[in-house]
Amino acid sequence: MTTPRALLIVESEWRYYKRTWWSTVITTWLRPILFLLAMGVGLGTLIDRTADQALGGAGYLAFLAPGLMAASAMQTAITDSSWPVRTGIKWRKHFWAQISTPVTPDDILNGLMIWVFIRLVFVSTAFAVVIWAFGAAPLDRGLAAVPAAVLCGMAFASPMAFLAAWFKEDSTMIALFRFSLIPLFLFSGAFFPIDRLPDLLEPLALFSPVWHGVDLCRSITLGTPLALPLWVEVGYLLAVTVVGWWAAIRRLRKTLNL
Amino acid sequence: MVESLVVGRGLSKKFGDFTAVDNIDFDIHPGEAFGFLGPNGAGKSSTMRMIGAVSPPTSGRLSVLGMDPSTEGIKIRGRLGVVPQEDNLDRELSVYENLLTHGRYFHMKRAEIDVRIVDLLEFVQLTERLDDRVDLLSGGMKRRLIIARGLINQPELVILDEPTTGLDPQARHVVWDRLYQLKRDGVTLIITTHYMDEAEQLCDRLVVMDRGRIVAEGSPRELIERYSTRDVLEMRFAADQHRHAMPIIEEVAERTEDLPDRLMIYTHNADEVSAELARRGVHPVSTLIRRSTLEDVFLRLTGRQLIE
Ligand SMILES: Nc1ncnc2c1ncn2[C@@H]1O[C@H](COP(=O)(O)OP(=O)(O)OP(=O)(O)O)[C@@H](O)[C@H]1O
Ligand SMILES: [Mg+2]
Repeated sequence: MTTPRALLIVESEWRYYKRTWWSTVITTWLRPILFLLAMGVGLGTLIDRTADQALGGAGYLAFLAPGLMAASAMQTAITDSSWPVRTGIKWRKHFWAQISTPVTPDDILNGLMIWVFIRLVFVSTAFAVVIWAFGAAPLDRGLAAVPAAVLCGMAFASPMAFLAAWFKEDSTMIALFRFSLIPLFLFSGAFFPIDRLPDLLEPLALFSPVWHGVDLCRSITLGTPLALPLWVEVGYLLAVTVVGWWAAIRRLRKTLNL
Repeated sequence: MVESLVVGRGLSKKFGDFTAVDNIDFDIHPGEAFGFLGPNGAGKSSTMRMIGAVSPPTSGRLSVLGMDPSTEGIKIRGRLGVVPQEDNLDRELSVYENLLTHGRYFHMKRAEIDVRIVDLLEFVQLTERLDDRVDLLSGGMKRRLIIARGLINQPELVILDEPTTGLDPQARHVVWDRLYQLKRDGVTLIITTHYMDEAEQLCDRLVVMDRGRIVAEGSPRELIERYSTRDVLEMRFAADQHRHAMPIIEEVAERTEDLPDRLMIYTHNADEVSAELARRGVHPVSTLIRRSTLEDVFLRLTGRQLIE
């Protein structure tokens, strides 16, 4: 049996990654450690004196950790899917070399998404280990939340791949990052429950896949009830992933098969 | 009649309202080296991309290796070698990794690729650079590496879009030599180039494109015979001499071309014309007599002005 062509793309992403893996060590391990130290332990000790009930009874660290796990999957997904697409088209230009072989734009996108999926599994598992080391959740619960974090990441990976293939200029993408990433991150529900937001903003947060990811991860590690039925949350994340994937493939075909 | 390897009929490519390739016909036979010549923007690369099954034609019929690129692109590309005009090597990877990665896309086995890489690097004289990052190669070395990459899958048809642009004379000759070798091995070559000497040396047949259309077609010899004369005299005059000489020259020449720095006189017999002119009192400052080249044909067909 011949290897599916999308896996050949995964293989070459891996070959490329081996050259630059050390740069991801920081985001994979250091970021969760720093965030949990600063926000969870530092800020958390202040919060825990006053706000125990609003956070569902657990300490702030335990509240924050699963939320950060989802939010961090989002960040990994966004950078790992948008830049490769941008550079593949415009800077490294390896997409153009790839399509001159039996590889198709569909293969490129599928391969890239599989690669991001693998990265998300790895990053989220690392996160679960860090959470456990901080005593914020038992290891089995943390690991059980990995699929939810990965799904949350995928719901960002495929739409970002679409946008990256769609934008003509890097500056558009950088601007989008600047203006949307930080609010997405801050108002994801990772740091505080979104019912604390002004009424106007609350429904907005509900549309953001990351809030669903945070809610899922938290309910898995803390055992708290979900805000919406499970099928709604999972279904929403899956739907965003699938629609983004479909749009990205269509866009990439247009961009590459001129 | 030989079965054609690539057939284009009424082939067109539009980008929005702009027609880059305008209703062209061509037949490329197995084992030949076929050239596409033309000024910048003539539509050569656009044609190469259609043949390479990465750019769907807007209209017309195209058959590559007996298959339709719009439905069997994957199969076609599997048997094709492509040397693109633009460098798209992976600069952060090594020479070896670039070739390995590319070979894998053709479902080649690692061991098989390793053997091939040794041969190919020898072929393009880059053996010592196997483990160097592509970043560290000179422009000409990168070009040779792209050629090697295009051959990794032992293609029976190779598309070379300006294979020697940016190469020094030595490197160009190395590349020509290698292309001859491929031809001898029965590989069919499709070449675009701006170098007329290259086309004259390498191409069995060629077409000249201009503004998306094919304006001439034939072997280099045929084209020279059809569109130019056997000989060319290039004369330079002192400023006041020029006007006096023009009427006489026009009488004896087949065709003349008045350039800012020299006068080109096209004729079938340069010695006769040169003697006749001397007899009639035309004394240029200098005269260069040479055979017509493809360049004369090219400039005649596509003009001397830049059309952009
Ligand atoms: N993707 C595209 N979108 C719009 N116009 C394009 C596109 N690709 C090529 N063109 C236009 O089509 C025309 C032909 O371009 P092409 O690259 O085929 O020319 P060429 O003969 O290869 O030129 P050169 O010798 O400079 O490489 C040019 O006017 C170019 O601007
Ligand atoms: Mg070109």
